[in-house]
Amino acid sequence: MRPFKYTGAQNKDQALQAFTATSHYLGGGTNLVDLMKEDVERPDQLIDVNKLDYKKITSNENGGLTLGAMLSNSDTANHPEVRTKYPLLSMAMLSAASAQIRNMASNGGNLLQRTRCPYFFEVSMPCNKREPGSGCGALKGMNALHAIFGYSDSCIATNPSDMCVALAAIGATVEVQQPDGSSRMIEFTDFHRLPGDQPEKDTTLMQGELITAIHLPKPEFSDHYYYLKIRERSSYAFALVSVAAGLQVNSGVISKAGLAMGSVAHKPWKLSKAEEFLTGKKPTTENFEAAAALEMKDAKPFEGNKYKVEMGKNAIVRALTQAYEREV
Amino acid sequence: MKDIDKWNEAVDSDNLSDDENMILDAMGLNESSRRKFLKQVSAASLSIYASSFFTSEIFASTMKDLPENTIALLNEVKVNLRVNDMVKPLTLDSRTSLLDALRERLALTGTKKGCDHGQCGACTVIIDGKRNLSCLTLAATCEGKEITTVEGLAKNGEMHPMQQAFLKHDGFQCGYCTPGQICSSLALLEEAKNGEASYVTEDFKKIKSGLTLSEEEIRERMSGNICRCGAYNNIVQAFKEVHTGDDEMPTWEFATQEQMDKAKNA
Repeated sequence: MRPFKYTGAQNKDQALQAFTATSHYLGGGTNLVDLMKEDVERPDQLIDVNKLDYKKITSNENGGLTLGAMLSNSDTANHPEVRTKYPLLSMAMLSAASAQIRNMASNGGNLLQRTRCPYFFEVSMPCNKREPGSGCGALKGMNALHAIFGYSDSCIATNPSDMCVALAAIGATVEVQQPDGSSRMIEFTDFHRLPGDQPEKDTTLMQGELITAIHLPKPEFSDHYYYLKIRERSSYAFALVSVAAGLQVNSGVISKAGLAMGSVAHKPWKLSKAEEFLTGKKPTTENFEAAAALEMKDAKPFEGNKYKVEMGKNAIVRALTQAYEREV
Repeated sequence: MKDIDKWNEAVDSDNLSDDENMILDAMGLNESSRRKFLKQVSAASLSIYASSFFTSEIFASTMKDLPENTIALLNEVKVNLRVNDMVKPLTLDSRTSLLDALRERLALTGTKKGCDHGQCGACTVIIDGKRNLSCLTLAATCEGKEITTVEGLAKNGEMHPMQQAFLKHDGFQCGYCTPGQICSSLALLEEAKNGEASYVTEDFKKIKSGLTLSEEEIRERMSGNICRCGAYNNIVQAFKEVHTGDDEMPTWEFATQEQMDKAKNA
């Protein structure tokens, strides 16, 4: 690991003040410290923000909950209010990593975790995300784990987060603190970005901005929810494809659907067309299949990840079915 | 004399070495309980048992502060590391992981370095009551935190029940992942007590404290600790015994002389 200066911040002002262009904020470190050991991340300074007072879960004015950015993933997923009102989020978060890692990982950090693309991790390989201009090794290389939606010639990596898939389905808002002391809100679907010709940028955060909270809308999917995670072993692995499905069903008709897919694009892939299609329809297998087909027809797979199209379609249908059939 | 005969004789006559007798005496095992215990553990286990015993008695109390040439340190940080109820002030390179600080500076080598990338769980320690990976934790972030390693589990010369259960159920083969497995298991006991859910929990809304975990739940919740030898079945049994309080006997037993002869002549 390259040398860096460690700065322990006691409060937000200290953290913002210490920030420089080559600094990183340090949360749980589960991704950042690993990437530093791999020589992928090379900050000159780590600003430890673990002591900052963003560790609460509170009610917000929309009738939802606000999650502190520095609360751990396990404390968030197992908070009684989150578990009962947003079980879809709890389920997605608990499918991720291991108990140890969830104890360490912060909510803010989860939003910023970087791709698991093997070319990104291997510094002897070309990767536009790690080294802009060096090329994309995966484009014509081993691309079994890569995107089928929204990629560009410069990057076909996927976002690995489970939590973020659920947040996209639920429709969250991210609050960030700007270096000048003001704060701003970012719609969740605008928080992560597509690679375009700047794949080194995973999010729309600006330099020095610090995530302080995640705001959830009023709970809508507390009865019918399912997070389906398909992976190469049944636990402690990243998804090949995942689907977060939330349904609101009134008198046998879907009144609202929240749907997103993971590990298929550079950002959590919100299934807006399927959500719209399902609204006002009956929760039948035929409708679920039609909704899945509507989304997956836009998929453009590579040599190695053609399986994701069929798998994705089936995963959407299964997640919706599991969500609907769950005993209320 | 065949090895197995030697062992049988040793068990039957308590014909143990002075060291072994000392360990068993210190464990408070008298004639009959000693025999019962020895029949449960293999010879290899006894030596491992012995090392755990000495670990608890000696290693924990002789935690060292190995010297470091502080002049050569880049970006030095000072941290008071509180490990197993003892505090050591250390001056470290900012890059030092908690794992390296424990092993290289405090000589607490019970915690193991497996992958060093958060993928295997061998380095699991308990920080403020929660299981954490010491390989991805920077030592600099540990000021004021309570760290428990495998060396800190035994009390008054008695192994923690979880350590005893791992021995009884043969919850290991090479033993390298064991300190991590045991620390992880201990934290999981608390998580179950607190009623925390997992990905395989049926209903997130109805879950209550004081959970009794099914095998499926134990496997999901222990998935962060990889065992390359594949001792998972026995690890689950060991955890279950401590978790449910059922004094379940191990699923294996030593072969009888008759079985041994039969196998030899087959």
